[in-house]
Amino acid sequence: MINFQYVRASDVIDAVQQIAADPDAKFIAGGTNLIDLMKEDVERPTRVIDISRLELREIEELSDGGLRIGALVPNSDLAYHSLIERRYPMLASAILAGASPQLRNMASTGGNLLQRTRCHYFYDPATPCNKRMPGSGCSAIDGHNRMHAILGTSDACIATHPSDMCVALAALEATVRVTGPTGERVLAFRDFHRLPGDRPQQDNALARDEIVTAIDLPPRGFAANYTYLKIRDRHSYAFALVSVAAALELDGETITEARVALGGVAHKPWRDIGAEAALRGQPANEASFGRAADMLLHGAKGYAHNAFKIDLARRATIRALTQAARGTPQSQSDKRIR
Amino acid sequence: MTSAKTTRRVKKKTIPVPGKLTVTLKVNGVERQLELAPWTTLLDALREHLDLTGTKKGCDHGQCGACTVLVDGRRINACLTLAVMKDGAEVVTIEGLERNAVLHPVQQAFIDHDAFQCGYCTPGQICSAVALIAEGKAKTSDEIRELMSGNLCRCAAYPNIVAAIQQAMDQS
Repeated sequence: MINFQYVRASDVIDAVQQIAADPDAKFIAGGTNLIDLMKEDVERPTRVIDISRLELREIEELSDGGLRIGALVPNSDLAYHSLIERRYPMLASAILAGASPQLRNMASTGGNLLQRTRCHYFYDPATPCNKRMPGSGCSAIDGHNRMHAILGTSDACIATHPSDMCVALAALEATVRVTGPTGERVLAFRDFHRLPGDRPQQDNALARDEIVTAIDLPPRGFAANYTYLKIRDRHSYAFALVSVAAALELDGETITEARVALGGVAHKPWRDIGAEAALRGQPANEASFGRAADMLLHGAKGYAHNAFKIDLARRATIRALTQAARGTPQSQSDKRIR
Repeated sequence: MTSAKTTRRVKKKTIPVPGKLTVTLKVNGVERQLELAPWTTLLDALREHLDLTGTKKGCDHGQCGACTVLVDGRRINACLTLAVMKDGAEVVTIEGLERNAVLHPVQQAFIDHDAFQCGYCTPGQICSAVALIAEGKAKTSDEIRELMSGNLCRCAAYPNIVAAIQQAMDQS
C-alpha cells in the first residue's frame, strides 16, 4: 500500500475543516472500499482522516414518523435493527443481499453511498478509464462489459453503482444530510448519485469538502408489500447483474402507491417516476407490471456482453412486483425465486 | 542552462515521511503495544509484528475471509482494517480461542467433521463461525451457508464446514 499520514477528526466540523485544508486527503470510516482501492493504487490519498470515532452512530425516530440513521451506523447493525426490520424490511433485505457478514460489520451507512464502481477497468491502472483518469478513455465500452450499465450511460462511462442498500434507499425516497464549510444541506436520494455524462469521475453531488452525516427515512416503509430481488452470477457475495427494490401499497387488488428501483443497471439506482405513477390505480397483475417495466427500461441500450440485462431486468421487475403484491418477499438465505 | 532546466522541472510536492504511531491492542487477552506505520493493516500487525501467523493472508482484498478475526466481538476482515484505527480494541484470533489447552467447541467440531483439507482458510472459517453463533441469526443450514459466504474454501469442504457449525451451534 502507498504511504500516507493518518489523523483523527474530533468532530464533524473538525473533519470538514481538515478535508477542506488538504486537497489530497480522504476520509476513512469502514475502510472496506478505500483500503482496497489504495492497495490497487487507484486511490492515492497522502493523508487519511479517520472519521470512524465521530458520534454518528445513532438510529433515532423523527417527529414526522421517520427515522434518522447516523452515517457511521455499520451496515449489519442497520440491517438487524428492530425498527428497520419492522418498518423498513426492504432496506434490511437489500443490505443483507450485499457483501459478506464481515464487510457488513465494517462498512458504514455513509460509506455505502460513497463506494466506487467495481468496473474491472476502473480497478486496473494499466488500462484507460475516464472515471479513474479523466480523458483517458473507456475500456469497458468495447471491452468485457457483462457487469456494466444499460441505462443512463454515456460515451465516457458505462460503469454501474455497486450498492444494494442504495437501491432500497432510492425506492424509499430517503434523504441525505451532508455538512460542509458553509453548513448543512439535505439532498433527495435521487439527486445524490449522478449519471456519468462527460464527468464520470464525479460519482455523486457531494462536494469534496462535505461529509455525509445521516440518512433520513420518510415514515412510509412499505412493510407489508415489498421485495428486494437480486440476480447475480453466484448465489451469495456477488454484485448484482440486476436487482429490483419493489414496494407497493394496495387497496384490495388496486395499486395505490408504487416504487421500483433497479440496481446493477446504471451509474445510480434507477427509478422512473412516470412508471410508478402509471401503476397507481391499476390492478396488481402481470399486465400492469409489464407496462411499468417497459417504461422503466425505455431507452435501455445493451453492449456486446450485457444486452441480456435488458430482458433480465424486465422479467426481474415483473417478478419483484409480483412478490411485493403477494406479500412474499424474496428470502436472502433460501435463494429460490418464487 | 543547467539551472534553467532545474527550475523548469515540475516541482513535486514533498510529503513528510509519516512517523510511526503507538497502537495498543488487547490481543487474545494480553495488552500489546506496537509502533506501527499508519498503513499497517491489522492483519500485518498480527502476523508480522506479533508473530500470530494463525490468521492468514489469502486475497488481501476482503474477498476470501482467510483473515477473519474478532474485533470487540465482531468478525471483520483484518486485511481491510488499519491497525491504528483499532487502537484500544480487543482482538481475538484463532490462537486465542482455546482455553486451558481445551479446544473451542467450533475448533473441535471442525476436527470431528473433517471440515478442512489444506487448512489455509480454516482459522478464518473458525473465527467467522464463532461470531456467527454469537450473532444468533443463523438457524437453518441455508442460513449458515449464507452467513458464512464471506469465507471461501478452495478445497470445497463446505458440506463438512456447515455440519461442524451445526454441531457447535447445537452445543452452545
